[in-house]
Amino acid sequence: MSTILFLILFPFVVALALLVLKTDAARDVIVKVASVVIAAASVYLTVQYFGSGGEYFEFEGEIVNSLMMGIEICLAVIIFYLGVKYKKYLASLLVAIQTPIMVWFELSVGHGIHVTHNMYVDRLSLVMVLIIGIIGTLICWYSIGYMKDFQHHHHGEPDRRPWFFFLMFLFLAAMFGIVVSNNLVWLYFFWEITTLCSFFLIGYTKTKEAINNSFRALIMNLFGGLGFVLGIVVLGNFYETLELDQMLAIGLMGGSVVVPAALLAFAGITKAAQMPFNSWLLGAMVAPTPTSALLHSSTMVKAGVFLIVKLSPVLGWNLAGIMVMLVGGITFLMASFAAISQSNAKRVLAYSTVANLGLIVACGGIGTYAAVWAAIMLIIFHAVTKSLLFLCVGTAEHNIGSRDIEDMDGLFGRMPRLATFMIVGIAGMFLAPFGMLISKWAALKAVIDSGNVLLVMMIVFGSAATLFYWTKWLGKMVAIVAKRENIQQNVHKEEWLVLSSLTVLTIVICLIFPVVSSYLIVPYLEAVYSTVAALALSSGNMYIMSAMLALVVLLPLLFFGKTNKKIVPIYMAGVNLGDDLTFLGSMEKPMPVSLRNWYMEDYFAEKRMNVIGVIATVVVLVAAFSMIIGGVL
Amino acid sequence: MSYVTKSPWIIHYDGSSCNGCDIEVLACLTPMYDVERFGIINTGNPKHADIFLITGSVNEQNINVIKQIYEQMPEPKVVVAVGICATSGGIFKECYNVMGGVDTVIPVDVYVPGCAARPEAIIDGVVKGLGVLEEKRAAMGKKPAAVKAETKADSGKKKEEA
Amino acid sequence: MNLTTSLIGIAAYLILAPIAGGLLAGIDRKISARMQGRYGPPILQPFYDFFKLMEKEPITVNKVQDFYIMCFLIFIIITGCFFFAGGDLLLVIFTLTLASIFLVVAAFSSNSPYAQVGAERELLQMMAYEPMVLLTAVGFYLVSGSFNVADIVTGEVMGIKYLPGIFLGFVFILTIKLRKSPFDLSMSHHAHQELVKGMTTEFSGRTLAALEIAHWYENIFLLGFVYLFFVNQAAWTPVLAVIVCLVVYFIEILIDNSYARMKWQIAINASWIVAVTLGFVNLLVLYFMG
Repeated sequence: MSTILFLILFPFVVALALLVLKTDAARDVIVKVASVVIAAASVYLTVQYFGSGGEYFEFEGEIVNSLMMGIEICLAVIIFYLGVKYKKYLASLLVAIQTPIMVWFELSVGHGIHVTHNMYVDRLSLVMVLIIGIIGTLICWYSIGYMKDFQHHHHGEPDRRPWFFFLMFLFLAAMFGIVVSNNLVWLYFFWEITTLCSFFLIGYTKTKEAINNSFRALIMNLFGGLGFVLGIVVLGNFYETLELDQMLAIGLMGGSVVVPAALLAFAGITKAAQMPFNSWLLGAMVAPTPTSALLHSSTMVKAGVFLIVKLSPVLGWNLAGIMVMLVGGITFLMASFAAISQSNAKRVLAYSTVANLGLIVACGGIGTYAAVWAAIMLIIFHAVTKSLLFLCVGTAEHNIGSRDIEDMDGLFGRMPRLATFMIVGIAGMFLAPFGMLISKWAALKAVIDSGNVLLVMMIVFGSAATLFYWTKWLGKMVAIVAKRENIQQNVHKEEWLVLSSLTVLTIVICLIFPVVSSYLIVPYLEAVYSTVAALALSSGNMYIMSAMLALVVLLPLLFFGKTNKKIVPIYMAGVNLGDDLTFLGSMEKPMPVSLRNWYMEDYFAEKRMNVIGVIATVVVLVAAFSMIIGGVL
Repeated sequence: MSYVTKSPWIIHYDGSSCNGCDIEVLACLTPMYDVERFGIINTGNPKHADIFLITGSVNEQNINVIKQIYEQMPEPKVVVAVGICATSGGIFKECYNVMGGVDTVIPVDVYVPGCAARPEAIIDGVVKGLGVLEEKRAAMGKKPAAVKAETKADSGKKKEEA
Repeated sequence: MNLTTSLIGIAAYLILAPIAGGLLAGIDRKISARMQGRYGPPILQPFYDFFKLMEKEPITVNKVQDFYIMCFLIFIIITGCFFFAGGDLLLVIFTLTLASIFLVVAAFSSNSPYAQVGAERELLQMMAYEPMVLLTAVGFYLVSGSFNVADIVTGEVMGIKYLPGIFLGFVFILTIKLRKSPFDLSMSHHAHQELVKGMTTEFSGRTLAALEIAHWYENIFLLGFVYLFFVNQAAWTPVLAVIVCLVVYFIEILIDNSYARMKWQIAINASWIVAVTLGFVNLLVLYFMG
């Protein structure tokens, strides 16, 4: 119990410290030490509860409730003010509706409801804690070097790095709070703090675009927050509980909790940037890369899917579950398509994130044992691999001056180590035998067994699109372009440390996932579903995957680049000027060779994919909520 | 018997030909003459090819192209000059832009004169080229490094006329 | 399937598949030639081609390309081994994707214009056939209750009875996988030529030989998929299935010779429409039947 409190409070204290420290040296030390401590604490927590599988804690304290309410009101006022100041009145309006409802509820009904257990730990929380504690802190470590470059590139502007690091560590604290809160009001409090951190971090560069995008994120997440509040109100008023585990228990025993489930799932959908709310994640790419990595790929958006996965036992073939399944599936399909037409690397990563979150959400919606297994595996693998990719892109951008995939050709010559890490990352996102493929395999099986044929089609087509956009990027990375000088020396050692750790982690997690599955995930599932069921992947297949991974790692180590064949120029119809980079054009002028990937704008234009996805998901959401509310009334 | 004679793949290049010989080369692939019977395939890629079939003479523009294509072919390889223009420049020999036949640039193994060379003659030339390929392949097997220099010098002497 | 039968399957595949694949390729060329009114090469020609390629001087354009092709060959063989050991169909499909990626990456690595276009087209082909191939696996699962080839082969139900749509869809995309006109966009075998040699432009000698033999291995397990539709536990069904495989292969040769190569847009449009109509409808029917 004390470990949990430590995990929530310690990053908060560190955040405050970082807010006041101005020197690089002090900041470096604090961030590094704090990261190690937080990571160690996360591991310690896991070890503590590994055997028992978790515990529920009372943690009485009216003072905590009052404190939270007070902070919420202050934050609401700040948002209201900012909304008016920047003329984003919708933000002010939403917060003016949301917070008063919450306060009214807490003071009236909520006060009377007795909360048995405010906090808890179970194996899913442990998984999330490890992700936040290890990957989150790795990203903070990376930020040290990255933000130095960032400041260097923006040297005309004031140094607001203290604010940046404050927000990053505050965010970590809030995330820990989300995954250990059983009291939904507390969960909501931490949830809103992550919304705020995201808002301030997206707007960090203070450009017009950044401010607009930060408000878009804020508004969409406030919208979700409104859903959250309404869910709490319904739960409190009609079911007389504020606790997540009690809500799940009611559902598992046959009672209908469709309304609060749908509302809470809606909050999860907005936080996880599912369509029609995906544009905030795309817009968030203007933020510094560590933000994109931490908040918008590996951690904050996981809060959204975490909530949905927690709700899984009460989803399934009811209105809430069908809504979630379809929103997830449509998002997966359309976001995968949209990624094909993107050449900005961060946008490709963002669409890929949205798509993978869609897959997790769809699995959460299916709600079966096998589906949730797939969802949790996807969460783990995606967090590791996507953060690796984002951080690599960040480093690449600072060194080659561009985020465009077309400018990354020949990266193998210019930054060989970085290119290798990126290749591992990209392969890790969609290729056998890496983790994401394994999870997708399990997800596919779970989807087939669910009986939702439409979802099967969406997954199948989305997977096809996925391999296309990743492989063409991979192709750019592996191209051996002549005459590329190595410019790797400018990369900070903190960045190298984090990138290599994440790469190793990607591979190691894939190797040990059968173990993770049997000791962390399956016990969780057995506890929640009170049953032992067959996993989507047989253990035989799991071990085959691990063996294949060993082979895929071993082969390059043994044979890559080792040949003593004679090297000849590439074929350019005989007019190669000898350097493999230029050829003699028709007017006897040397012409540079320029190779671009396919973007297939006619088929997969971003705008059209978004329009289709948004319309489809809006129809699903409106229909679902109408039927739910109609059924209740 | 080396396999290269059972599966000789061609790259056909038009130097400055009037296309007469080229049409005859393509005619060899048609059902009438059907050189695929011998395993011959027209690949357009020097890296896949064994036989370099050139029509037309050499001029300033295509010297480097011919050299490049020749260099990108892996051993064993033979060059077959098809048509009189490839052999010696033909009626265009005295033109200001024409350097001469293909042997001004790369070593030629088989000459197939004619204007236009008939498909039968071309096939005959290719078959003679197969014989040269056989020898080169055998030489390749023995002492790769030293023999390479030898074959280059020898192929200058081995001029067979169809 | 127990370990012994799996090992026998793997051994048979490893040894016989290249021979069978090569013979099929030779028969393909002979029949194509006859359809075109020619005599055509001897049936053993692909083997002559293979050995000739092995004898060529080793050259390459960079230090990594041949490594990728080696990985391609290894993983194609592994894919086939999974299939003939009676393994999971999805495992087979995903390993095949891995192998194909190695091939595409080999083409990309050369940074050669022709290879690049070939590689992009190959990716497009993969995107075109992937949905239908996955739906085929789904169909078998729904019909026989298992993804394992071993269970499908020894099951009670003959796949084609409930999977006619999926069978037709699979045969459609088989045209793409076997690299036959109208969909041989990325590397045009043999007589045709486009983009020089597309993906394989910068490959030579032993690398190309490795590619050839990998394609023979691949063709055998692709025909294995066709075989799956026509077997069940009855003893006469394997004979029927092999006959159907040969008939399907002949039909592919016929299609190859009847059509010119089409644009990539048609390849992906047609494949996806086929997957959505034949595949989806077949699945719907299966789900409703329970």
